[in-house]
Amino acid sequence: MKLKQSAWWALALVVFALFPVVVTNPFYTTIGIFTVMYMSCATSWNMFSGYSGYVSLGTAIFFGCGAYTMALASIDWHVPGGAVQFWLVPLGGVVAMAIAVPLGAVALRVRRHTFVVITIAFFFVFQLAAINANFTGGPAGLSLALIPWQGNAYNTPFYYVALLILVFAVVLSALVRRSRFGLQLLAIRDDEDRALGLGVKVKAVKLTGYTMSSFTVGMAGALYAMFLGQIYPQFVFDPVFDVTVALMAFLGGFGTLLGPLVGGLILESSQQYLTATYSNGSLYLILFGALFLIVVLFMPQGIVVKVKEIWMKRSLKDADGVDGATPVAMAGSVKP
Amino acid sequence: MADAPFVRFEGVVAGYGGGDVLKGVNFDVAHGGVTCIVGPNGSGKSTLLKTVSGLVQPRLGTITFKGHNLVGMSPREILRLGVVQVPQNHSLFKEMTVEQNVELGAFLVKDKKVIAQRLRSIRETFPIVAERAHDKAGSLSGGQQRLVEFARCLMLEPELVVLDEPSMGLDPKTLHVMFGTIKMMNSLGRTVLLVEQNARQALKMSHHGVVLENGLVRLAGTGTDVLNNPDIAALYLGGSVSTRPAH
Amino acid sequence: MTTLLEAHDVSRSFGGLQALAGCSLLVERGSITGLIGPNGSGKTTLFNVITGYIKADTGRVSFEGKDITNARPNAVFALGIGRTFQMTRIFARISVVENMLVATQREESWLRGLTRSKSSKSELDNAMEWLDFVGLARLAHLPAGALSYGQRKLLELAYVLVADPDVILLDEPAGGVNLTLINEIGEKIRSLNAAGKTFLIVEHNMEFVMNLCDTVTVMHQGCNLVTGRPDEVRSNPLVLDAYLGGGDDEDVAEEMSNG
Repeated sequence: MKLKQSAWWALALVVFALFPVVVTNPFYTTIGIFTVMYMSCATSWNMFSGYSGYVSLGTAIFFGCGAYTMALASIDWHVPGGAVQFWLVPLGGVVAMAIAVPLGAVALRVRRHTFVVITIAFFFVFQLAAINANFTGGPAGLSLALIPWQGNAYNTPFYYVALLILVFAVVLSALVRRSRFGLQLLAIRDDEDRALGLGVKVKAVKLTGYTMSSFTVGMAGALYAMFLGQIYPQFVFDPVFDVTVALMAFLGGFGTLLGPLVGGLILESSQQYLTATYSNGSLYLILFGALFLIVVLFMPQGIVVKVKEIWMKRSLKDADGVDGATPVAMAGSVKP
Repeated sequence: MADAPFVRFEGVVAGYGGGDVLKGVNFDVAHGGVTCIVGPNGSGKSTLLKTVSGLVQPRLGTITFKGHNLVGMSPREILRLGVVQVPQNHSLFKEMTVEQNVELGAFLVKDKKVIAQRLRSIRETFPIVAERAHDKAGSLSGGQQRLVEFARCLMLEPELVVLDEPSMGLDPKTLHVMFGTIKMMNSLGRTVLLVEQNARQALKMSHHGVVLENGLVRLAGTGTDVLNNPDIAALYLGGSVSTRPAH
Repeated sequence: MTTLLEAHDVSRSFGGLQALAGCSLLVERGSITGLIGPNGSGKTTLFNVITGYIKADTGRVSFEGKDITNARPNAVFALGIGRTFQMTRIFARISVVENMLVATQREESWLRGLTRSKSSKSELDNAMEWLDFVGLARLAHLPAGALSYGQRKLLELAYVLVADPDVILLDEPAGGVNLTLINEIGEKIRSLNAAGKTFLIVEHNMEFVMNLCDTVTVMHQGCNLVTGRPDEVRSNPLVLDAYLGGGDDEDVAEEMSNG
């Protein structure tokens, strides 16, 4: 069973790695880059919000900070357009983390529902600041040095760096899930006060999780800025990003490892495809809305959990096990 | 009426998700009596009560109440038939007054006159409803809240009252009052079906006892039968009362 | 015997309600101390004050002579005071054994949690041993939310014990638990006590309290009313009146003779 599972993961990785080899059309590889990028953001978001139950709707702050780190560093340090810029991607993650610490320290003082509101408020503060500050270029945005790559040769390196970030996010999320720290996050989700009374240092644990999850998002933002070569505050600090990332995790399976990957794959690829094909920027929003309703009504735990349930029921039936799961027997029962 | 049992469980199988908690439960509840279900933790007692009130749907089997099959009915329909359950946890609306809480018990009754008339008789049988009528339910002690819950469930004039561990968390004095109230409800013509861990005291006041083990009925008989069965006593009633070793 | 845990003149009110009104309590090291009293007399509030869940308005709580008044719950736990809750509080969506593991790290720094796996072999074995004791071992890998009320009660007891605290505060350990198991729990408390653990127990089951405890404190209306050996408390007219009901009562009389 264990081996089988890791084999599936390896297979998925091979498929993703071969994608730009098989599909060379830049139209599709661009969709691939965005999809992989969003999958890593959703995984990372889920690593904190999904495990701890603290839903953050301010994820775009870290995305935007990562993007601006890439843009400002490239411009100020006169980094030539090209592969060397990739070295600035982790820097985007580090800056995002540096910003996450004070934000988390304030926002995590309150419990879940208020936390959601505070993260939204923080987001709008950052968006406004980015539009109005001088060093961000204001509403006109910033342009990065041109990267002299052509056609599909342009997309391929970006795709693989994005995939590398995704692998990092998934491995990190899996490790967290297996660690004592991850267990503490799950305990906080189920009953924070009780966890506190069992010695879990909830403040430190929450802040660590929040900060860790910002790293990948910051890297994705940096990669995004480099890929487009031009950023605008309203696009990197985008409220739709906040909602989309959360929706991906909910769609696939909130708090599961696989969920945000499945959700991200479905949502982002379809969004990119629809936007590009019908050149109607808001069509996907209608689709998202409808999808969200379906998820909430019919599978509130997400696709992954739902499919698992159906699969388990089927295998139970196959085994003809009427009392399959839990024999609740008293030891030593006595005949009357 | 004599040949048809009041409530009959036949081959009831129920559970949550993958596993079955009840694995084919058969027994009858006689009209007009107090029937007490005892058994170890996790044996399916609470689940059994939930199948009666429609909160859990059995996978197999039938539950008949006065000839109606309850399986497949919604909790609301079952309530309408005259089966009312008082749940395990405190279920009063804490910010509302005692009287408002009791009135809510009659939410299926449309006639205002009937409600007022029932409230009057409840005030007589439950003095606390009259004394604390305008206090917030949340300001009452745990035992008092339990009594108000009883009062509330009687607003529907149910034929069958289902109680899930009514003694939980009550101090000895209140416990006594609570058991007395169950007897009183019973003497007013309500059939009572309850689950109790306070098994000795509960069985003592019950006409019928049912021992549930591992999702099956292990023994059914009169309260005293169950109480005096040596195997049952050894298994679930703590055996003979242990005494503290001398220092 | 020395005093391990002490609450001195603790008061706390909620709005107009005076939940604790100058309550004092002594728990001797190595004792099993009972805390009884009518519903609403402030027992659980006192537990909450001791364990840091509620702040005291006035008064002081000390543990091993050290002032721990209004310390945070995790700090109180790290010092070695574990507790259970009356309405059980378990982690519903993680497995039963994972519930146990949450409690095993009382002296660990939070950074350590990042770099280590959920459990070591010995922690897991220890957790399974305790689960076995309360009869939940075969349910170890079910989500804890699937447990019945009584089983949750047992899980809560088990995961407090797994942390190996010096003093254990139990809030109605026998409520909703079947009688045979109550006796087993009583036996286990006794053997843990013989091994040096101190217990403070809130419980309404008089047989349980009277058989188990060395000292019993009776609370009434937010104050400590009487403290003494079980037999002294049992025959005290104040206690009979406030808690056990009229002395002429048949069932109470029977319970008394059982105890």
